[in-house]
Amino acid sequence: MATDINPAPTSPKIVSPELMFTATKHSRKRQLTENVARGVFFAMTLLMILPLILIVVYLFVKAAPILSLEFFFSNPAKGMRAGGIWAPLLGTIYIVIISLLVSAPIGVLAAVYLNEYARESWFTRIINLAVVNLAGVPSIVHALFGVGAFVYFARMGRSVLAASLTLAIMTLPVIIASTKEALGAVPMAFREACWNTGATRWQTIRGIVLPNSISGILTGVILQVSRAAGETAPIMFTGAVFFKAISEGDVFAYGLLDRFMALSMHLYQLSTQVPGVPEALEYGTAVVLLGAVLMVNALAIVLRVYLRSRQRW
Amino acid sequence: MRTIVNIFHQLGRWGEPVIEGIIRLCGISAIIFVFGIFFFVFREGMGFFFGGLDIVEFLTSPEWYPTSVSNKRYGVLALIAGTFSVTVLAMFLAVPFGLGAAIFVSEFCGPKLKETLKIVIELLAAIPSVVWGFIGLTVMNALIIDLFNVPIGLTMLNGGIILALMSVPIIVSIGEDALKAVPDSYREAAEALGATRWQVVYRVLLPTAKNGLLAAVLLGVGRAVGETMAVLMTTGHAVKMPTSPFDSVRTLTATIAAELGEAAVGSDHYRVLFIIGVLLFSITFIVNFVTDLVIKGIREKA
Repeated sequence: MATDINPAPTSPKIVSPELMFTATKHSRKRQLTENVARGVFFAMTLLMILPLILIVVYLFVKAAPILSLEFFFSNPAKGMRAGGIWAPLLGTIYIVIISLLVSAPIGVLAAVYLNEYARESWFTRIINLAVVNLAGVPSIVHALFGVGAFVYFARMGRSVLAASLTLAIMTLPVIIASTKEALGAVPMAFREACWNTGATRWQTIRGIVLPNSISGILTGVILQVSRAAGETAPIMFTGAVFFKAISEGDVFAYGLLDRFMALSMHLYQLSTQVPGVPEALEYGTAVVLLGAVLMVNALAIVLRVYLRSRQRW
Repeated sequence: MRTIVNIFHQLGRWGEPVIEGIIRLCGISAIIFVFGIFFFVFREGMGFFFGGLDIVEFLTSPEWYPTSVSNKRYGVLALIAGTFSVTVLAMFLAVPFGLGAAIFVSEFCGPKLKETLKIVIELLAAIPSVVWGFIGLTVMNALIIDLFNVPIGLTMLNGGIILALMSVPIIVSIGEDALKAVPDSYREAAEALGATRWQVVYRVLLPTAKNGLLAAVLLGVGRAVGETMAVLMTTGHAVKMPTSPFDSVRTLTATIAAELGEAAVGSDHYRVLFIIGVLLFSITFIVNFVTDLVIKGIREKA
């Protein structure tokens, strides 16, 4: 290319007042404070995040030697000191699915009520307060509730069902909150247009509101899954047990009223109750649990970003 | 075809009230569950609460010997002190870092970095508490023994650090929301007067968003008080009044988790654990209620 005869005019540089005029002592001090503040806050953010990322990487490195297909598909053996994680993994999948089946419909409909039916009133405020409180109740209190209500009062015993129901109630607020947000994002004009065609309230919800907010609801469901998979305290006394032999590779190995093993519980037992567990086994279990939860959350994030990009209103 | 449509019309006529009834029922389910939790937990502990438990001793005595044969004592003061000390220590670490990170994410960084940081923080918030406990048990335990040259690393300090790391993501995300809620016109007005970023933050945003930031801290406190598995695994197991961060302590939540499996169903010991549950429920209820009032205060002002 030839040399530029007419060089493009360079955009005027934005110079801070401090540089345009002779810096006074005062303005220099101000600039210094500004830089220090920025530096300190950045350092705080880094200090909070970096060690955690290092720890997670460390866990993965420690677990690497044991992670193989065999680890996933074989049962714990030799008093938990060998073998894999098949029984706990399957148990976790069971309680996640069953708790989801219970909490998803209730949670979505509760959010529909709060967003579409409820008016601004003291009663609605109480419901919202109850949702916040349900989310704030300590997990061990949920466990006590599960023991009192499901294990003994409803006579389910310590079982898959009792644990799943306890988890379902515990994770309900997650679904309610994200569904409410998703429903709230549907423009009012959509509803009004539908009502004007003579549709009833429920027809509008079913035909217009729910389909248009399905992505947000799905995000909530995914977050519920990740929460339910990671919880330990609520299942400790409602059905999860130290050891339960099931046949390897059989996905229907647990019955609804059986006791079961779960990954989170298994990790707790391995790291505190069993002496002499090979390190890799503990780290492997931790990493599978952590990896599953992080992957599920990443899926929720990807879904959210993708759907936000193609939102049409 | 016509008849099918007709059937649907008929169904619709009946279906609408039915489905609305179901929706209303689900709507109040949260209330039912909160009352249900209180009812069933209290119901299990009731027998001992009304028959034999000395409430004054329960709340003021540090002597917790539920399994002693000759001298049973049910005092939870040491456990309350354990919960309190670990929570305070955790907040001491988490509040400055959490709010600092919230300010950085909200005010000081560019949009790209902001998105990335928010995603990382969201992922950190998702780490299960039992994994946190495992990190405390392995990584943090070894670190504390090395750094401070102490015999055991499973102490209040360990639990406090782990709890701080767990509650920081909540404080950051709620705190960032609170800062975001301050109208941009406030920032522009301050900048037009020649204020630097830091001056905007310090003089304008912090005073305006202080209720929201308070709510963020309170939610962090709620999470720290109620956390079970992580403190169970990291704080050691000594029931005593803590005197230094290198003491092992036991919290209310950890006590229930550790002893419920061993207590005979229906015994005093079993029932007293449920009463501790009621106590915990009440503490978190109050914390949440106050948080709600604080948040409502913001909304009414806005």
